[in-house]
Amino acid sequence: MSTTSASGAAATAAAGFDSVPVRRSPLARFTKRAARHPGFMAGAFILAVILVMSIGAPLFTTHDPYAQDISKRLIPPIWHAKGTWEHWLGTDKLGRDYFARLLYGGRISLMIGAATVLLSGAIGTALGVAAGFFGGRVDMVIGYIINVRLALPVVLVALAVAALVGTSLNTVIVVLGLLLWDRFAVVARSTTQQIAHADFVAAARAIGCSTRLIVFSEVLPNIINPLIVVATLEMAHAILLEAALSFLGLGVQPPLPSWGLMISEGKQYMFFSPWVITIPGVALVALVLGINLLGDGLRDVTAPDNRS
Amino acid sequence: MTVPVLELENVTKIYPVSQGMFKPRAMLTAVGGVSLSVARGEVHALVGESGSGKSTLAKMLLGLTKPTAGEIRIDGVPIAKTDRREVARRIQPVFQDPYSSLNPRKSVADLIALPLVAHRIGTSESRQKMVAAMLDAVGLPRRMIDAYPGQMSGGQRQRVAIARALVMKPDVLICDEPTSALDVSVQAQILNLLMDLKREFKLTYFFISHNLAVVEHLADRVAVMYLGRIVEERGREALFTHASHPYSRALLDCVLTPDPTLGMPDTVIAGSFPNPIAPPPGCAFHPRCPRATDRCHSVAPGPVPVADGVAACHYAN
Amino acid sequence: MPLLDVDNLTIQIPTEAGLLNAVNGVSFTLERGETLAIVGESGSGKSLTSLALMDLLPSRAVRKARSMRFDGIDLMAVGQRKMEDLRGDRMAMIFQEPMTSLNPAYTVGDQLIEALRRHRPVSRAVARERAVHLLERVGITAAASRLGQYPHQLSGGLRQRVMIAMGLMCEPDLIIADEPTTALDVTIQAQILMLLRDIQREFGMGLILVTHDLGVVARVATKVAVMYAGRLVETGPVEAVFGAPSHPYTQGLLRAIPVPGRTRPGEPLGTIPGQVPNLIGPLAGCAFRNRCEHATDACAAAIPERDLGPGHRMACVLDPVATAA
Ligand SMILES: Nc1ncnc2c1ncn2[C@@H]1O[C@H](COP(=O)(O)OP(=O)(O)OP(=O)(O)O)[C@@H](O)[C@H]1O
Ligand SMILES: Nc1ncnc2c1ncn2[C@@H]1O[C@H](COP(=O)(O)OP(=O)(O)OP(=O)(O)O)[C@@H](O)[C@H]1O
Ligand code: SF4
Ligand code: SF4
Ligand SMILES: [Mg+2]
Ligand SMILES: [Mg+2]
Repeated sequence: MSTTSASGAAATAAAGFDSVPVRRSPLARFTKRAARHPGFMAGAFILAVILVMSIGAPLFTTHDPYAQDISKRLIPPIWHAKGTWEHWLGTDKLGRDYFARLLYGGRISLMIGAATVLLSGAIGTALGVAAGFFGGRVDMVIGYIINVRLALPVVLVALAVAALVGTSLNTVIVVLGLLLWDRFAVVARSTTQQIAHADFVAAARAIGCSTRLIVFSEVLPNIINPLIVVATLEMAHAILLEAALSFLGLGVQPPLPSWGLMISEGKQYMFFSPWVITIPGVALVALVLGINLLGDGLRDVTAPDNRS
Repeated sequence: MTVPVLELENVTKIYPVSQGMFKPRAMLTAVGGVSLSVARGEVHALVGESGSGKSTLAKMLLGLTKPTAGEIRIDGVPIAKTDRREVARRIQPVFQDPYSSLNPRKSVADLIALPLVAHRIGTSESRQKMVAAMLDAVGLPRRMIDAYPGQMSGGQRQRVAIARALVMKPDVLICDEPTSALDVSVQAQILNLLMDLKREFKLTYFFISHNLAVVEHLADRVAVMYLGRIVEERGREALFTHASHPYSRALLDCVLTPDPTLGMPDTVIAGSFPNPIAPPPGCAFHPRCPRATDRCHSVAPGPVPVADGVAACHYAN
Repeated sequence: MPLLDVDNLTIQIPTEAGLLNAVNGVSFTLERGETLAIVGESGSGKSLTSLALMDLLPSRAVRKARSMRFDGIDLMAVGQRKMEDLRGDRMAMIFQEPMTSLNPAYTVGDQLIEALRRHRPVSRAVARERAVHLLERVGITAAASRLGQYPHQLSGGLRQRVMIAMGLMCEPDLIIADEPTTALDVTIQAQILMLLRDIQREFGMGLILVTHDLGVVARVATKVAVMYAGRLVETGPVEAVFGAPSHPYTQGLLRAIPVPGRTRPGEPLGTIPGQVPNLIGPLAGCAFRNRCEHATDACAAAIPERDLGPGHRMACVLDPVATAA
């Protein structure tokens, strides 16, 4: 009974009988599902535009974002009657080209977002995985730390630190990184708890894998998708917080062109030269919107398959 | 007499379970004083109702949890005194659910090579070769080496799980219901494969199952478990022809062979499985036992020798 | 007039990869007092067939049939309202997963009482009494005290029995049980099967039992329908199908299980090599031909239905004589 006759094999040459159904690789499946998700595509597009323009800033403008020219203060952008192509987004109160500042400022926002998320992601994931994986007392202690962190008001703590140790780009990153890890920890903890009880983790133990190997090769790959979603949300969060801190004068220091700082520096001129606020404001909204769309899209696209 | 591959002496596992916020923790005896010995090369089956402690026993054998009391020995050496990796090299699991026992993010090659990686055996090329050899042994086409579990059927996944268990050439395979998640036609393939591999690799099986027909087909000896205890331990013939313990007999009565002339069995044991936190006093089976007497209500029966084995019942003989 | 008469039922589900032909031209009848067992490989369309009778298919699925009659009522033509009246009253279903089919937010008692009061103008007290009576019948001790419990406080076996009691609340004419005992212990399985058989005899209901377990089929059913890849490959009285299995797939299934007394311990079991075909897109000819040892070129063409005896039919090109060997 365990042999298939030759005629049997011949008769199946038709279709539908591939013993291994041709299925797409995980990456191909991801791309296909992503391509059909309008939110994901819109977010990815916005983000790609901002990334390319700020990283490749020198390709898009010849102006130096730091070059002051008091004779050209507050030139309005091109859509105003008095606008010039020379400075098509206008200039600020010190006569610096606003488009150049916007592009270079994008670098700062992206840098702060990425660096903060790397730092907070590492802290939160480590704590969350440890809590979820080891459970018991470890979980209790880490749960306590998470609750303490949740009780701290982020903005107030950041303000206090900035006031105490002074402000700089690095301070902002470190402070935000040390504050924004809670969501990583919570998500990593709950997903790890599920994975830690899966048979394949028991199998890995029974095989003799070390705890380190189990965490890195069995647990982490299975919780990475939700963490990436959290990372996008936290990145948007960090970018907004940096803007708020800079607006309050406690974030990035002039003359660095951060978008929050641009808004802050523009606030005295906003009645007569509103673009000094609206342009970085719109850029900030676009960036945060793009990241959030991408994050939501990622969640849908990487969701497990329905029965198909 | 040769030393048994596996020996359990009075193995007990007690779980503290919380019963709510303000109540004290209760003690749940999942496995209570199990003694067994498994000879090299035999298939030792373990049957019993859901929750009777079969998987807990398997976990202790695999070193996944420590017994609360008692001792497990491999080739006469206590597990507690053996390096965990050494235990892992000798004893390997095959789990029930091939959907959750394989990491969905790993390819077949990585899954099967994991034990080699964990024990730092071989180079990546020699590992590839060993993986390919295991694929042949479990009857998977080599082209599946780069497939992911999500692309495979249940039977193929279970073959991968078996290949992973065998790649270290272990002595003992602990199979916890290895076919109960599979279709009948696939079950037959896996059972045949297990029998072939047993011969080829000279394996010993500790085989947990609900399916008594399957057990009768493969086992050399059978242990019947009820509420954490072994109530009967016999050679296959002896158990299936004249089981001594009333619970074993009840289980055997429930085996539905595919014979339409027979209809449903006339007697089935009533009641349901007792709460393991508060087991009945005396013989734990007495609330459901058709032969229970006053003595059974108060005195727990110890094992008594019966033909080719032991049974824990006052009236076993 | 049969209680249930299904003629040429087809179910298609649009999926990402294409149109899934999940059920393909299934026909059967069921009389009062009969038990029809549907067996087959996982994914062969057993659950979808039973869901189609209750009009409970996933919303994407498209159901077609030449005719589908329940006690003379045309199920393809009845409206939404009428179907809701039938469901739970004259036709009841016991689902594969008892965990998900009881509402976790209500007590067992509320759900049982509601099941009766939705269809009958009776008082809560009367409904409650019946609920207690049925819980006792399905072998639940201290039934009255269970009414106040929530589903999550019950074990799997208890939940499954509650599901059965709920199905019986209105004394339906037809019960469809989708793997009612798969998750249970053999001892509880036997209790529940006996109970279903007794109740069915007592009230003269029709019972459709979906299962993987050939032992259950042989002992409980009067008729069997063997499904493979969305098609019925063999149907007939249980004695005929088990006594003279004729379709190569049915034969393969019966050879694959160890049967004490018939198979010798340790001997290799019969297997069916290969895998079920992909049901996306059209599939002409016999769906089993990639695994069948008797396959010939004729199997790629339309497969005739053959009569093998009273009520015993199969879809295969072979002569019954040739395969009975
Ligand atoms: N980690 C745990 N904590 C508390 N109780 C547990 C734990 N693991 C198992 N138990 C309990 O121990 C008892 C035995 O469980 P076990 O899983 O060993 O049963 P089993 O015989 O394998 O059942 P099944 O046939 O359903 O797999 C059960 O009552 C179970 O609820
Ligand atoms: N909601 C759905 N969407 C897409 N495909 C589905 C859906 N439900 C079922 N299917 C597919 O339809 C086919 C038949 O499914 P069905 O659930 O009827 O199988 P079954 O015979 O009951 O299997 P099992 O024995 O595993 O319960 C399968 O290929 C299944 O994947
Ligand atoms: S000791 Fe008594 S109650 Fe226990 S199994 Fe034997 S007869 Fe039954
Ligand atoms: S029709 Fe052909 S392939 Fe199909 S079961 Fe019959 S002999 Fe086999
Ligand atoms: Mg178990
Ligand atoms: Mg089903």
